[in-house]
Amino acid sequence: MEAAAHAQAHAARPRVLAPLWAVAAGALLVLAVGAGVAFGPADIGLADLLRSVGAKLHLPGVNSPLAPTDETILWELRLPRVVLGLLVGGMLGLAGATYQGVFRNPLADPYLLGVAAGAGLGATLAIVYLPHAAAGHDLLPPAAFAGASVAVGLSYLVGRSVGRERDAATLVLAGVTVASFLTALQTFVQQQHADTLQEVYSWILGRLSSSGWGDVTLILPYVAVAVAAILALRRSVDVFTLGDEEAASLGVDVARTRLVLVVAATVGTAAVVSVSGLIAFVGIIVPHAIRLLTGAGYRALLPLSFVVGGSFLVLADLVARTALSPAELPIGIVTAFVGAPFFAVVLRTARTGAA
Amino acid sequence: MTAALELRGISVAYGRATVLDRVSLEVGTGEWLGLIGPNGAGKTTLLRAVAGLVEASGTIRLGGRTGEELSRRERARLVALVPQSPLTPPWMTVAEYVLLGRTPHLGVLARESRRDVEVAHAALERLELGSFARRRLGTLSGGERQRAVVARALAQEARIVLLDEPTAALDIGHQQQALELLDVLRREQELTLVAAMHDLTLAAQYVDRMVLLHRGRVAADGPPGAVLTQALLSQHYEAAVEVLAHEGGLAVVPRRVPLS
Repeated sequence: MEAAAHAQAHAARPRVLAPLWAVAAGALLVLAVGAGVAFGPADIGLADLLRSVGAKLHLPGVNSPLAPTDETILWELRLPRVVLGLLVGGMLGLAGATYQGVFRNPLADPYLLGVAAGAGLGATLAIVYLPHAAAGHDLLPPAAFAGASVAVGLSYLVGRSVGRERDAATLVLAGVTVASFLTALQTFVQQQHADTLQEVYSWILGRLSSSGWGDVTLILPYVAVAVAAILALRRSVDVFTLGDEEAASLGVDVARTRLVLVVAATVGTAAVVSVSGLIAFVGIIVPHAIRLLTGAGYRALLPLSFVVGGSFLVLADLVARTALSPAELPIGIVTAFVGAPFFAVVLRTARTGAA
Repeated sequence: MTAALELRGISVAYGRATVLDRVSLEVGTGEWLGLIGPNGAGKTTLLRAVAGLVEASGTIRLGGRTGEELSRRERARLVALVPQSPLTPPWMTVAEYVLLGRTPHLGVLARESRRDVEVAHAALERLELGSFARRRLGTLSGGERQRAVVARALAQEARIVLLDEPTAALDIGHQQQALELLDVLRREQELTLVAAMHDLTLAAQYVDRMVLLHRGRVAADGPPGAVLTQALLSQHYEAAVEVLAHEGGLAVVPRRVPLS
């Protein structure tokens, strides 16, 4: 009797995710990190690599067989780049999924509220007007971050003055408006300073730098706070899919919850974009691919988007730096080139409906 | 009968347009009130005002407490709303959907407890959706989806349930089943129902009382027999109808009047 009741109650607990998919996402992460660390122009064998890891972990009796240069390549170039890829890709995937849920718009991406246009303008201004070389480069991320923040702030202000309330559609339109305006400014500045075109363009295409742990430590606090806030509110994102009115009738403070989620997603995106440039596609394709494959609700989709988005970008970066080695492809080209056909296949074969 | 819901002088304006104009009414505990009236009379707005989704002047009392005294979550524990065309994300499973009805009972950061899962499960079983728990909403028929929405409202454990055209998307057989089920639930769980309804004949068979709204005001309030009169209906609906008595109750039958 007791057991039967328990079994019934248990049956009703909706599975957030089939365990298989969690395992698959974990495996993808391990694969991406492993491949990202193992492959590169310098040839470091897998056995040597593992021994070096063992030595770092102070395993008794294990000494790194690597020459100091290789040791530096591994720990100061490849690993930080892999971690940066995880943070950037993860944040873009998570922010994309958050925007799609909060705005109930399957086409929403992390650049929806003008982050990309604002960051682009900030970066262009920094490249054009700030003294060249080292100084200019150091100021690029803060300039892009400031531009992105101003853009989203403007979108909120415009959305508020236009609409009776800040409903989702008004805000999205405000974002489009602000983005067009800032892009116009950015293009103008860029045209006036054709000598910097190359540098601006390469920033816009996006890349992960190999400048050690600097970029990682720069963005980590923002990404950590954004991820924590979004994941803490992930149940609310599921409630948002029922519509603003129904979310409100279920006791959710719609405006405030949406503001917290949007600010978190935006701050995180602005931070990663400021060091990586405008890497396209991750934020829109990763959540959709996961949804189409697993049919998961946002509660599972959000953390998965972070893990899969990060892994995807690390793998894309691997292609970007090895395909034409020693030259590097812009990573944005790789994400679109690999991502689009993959997404097309998923779209064709998926059985469950998309959001 | 004590009043589960009491409205005193409720007015709502969208911009300059007054949609509800000093509406006062009471609904007793366990009563089923039918809101009728022509399109644009303010039925949906009245439901939204009770649910706290639209700013209204006047006083709304829910279980003896005024709207201002209640937090959003407290209010959601007292009143559940079944909208006319709810969004049902096609990828969401029925069980997940019904469990979202527990939202007002959870803290912002909380996860569902065992009890929440049991309440949702009981609501599923009550609506004979137990075997549908893992089905996705996108695979359900209109009638099944309607039951899932009602199950979600039940899982909310609110004493007052507001329904906006609960049978709008259903054929006549499913309309009857849905209304019978609501009536059973009402008796079992002592729910107070306020339902905006278009089908007057069907409404007359189920509701205890009817309120006829017209241009945002209460035009008539009483048992179906007193409200569904030829005079009232032709005046407020601008419709040519006949009201026929039959053994089950009243039938409102349209009469054709050709445009001259």
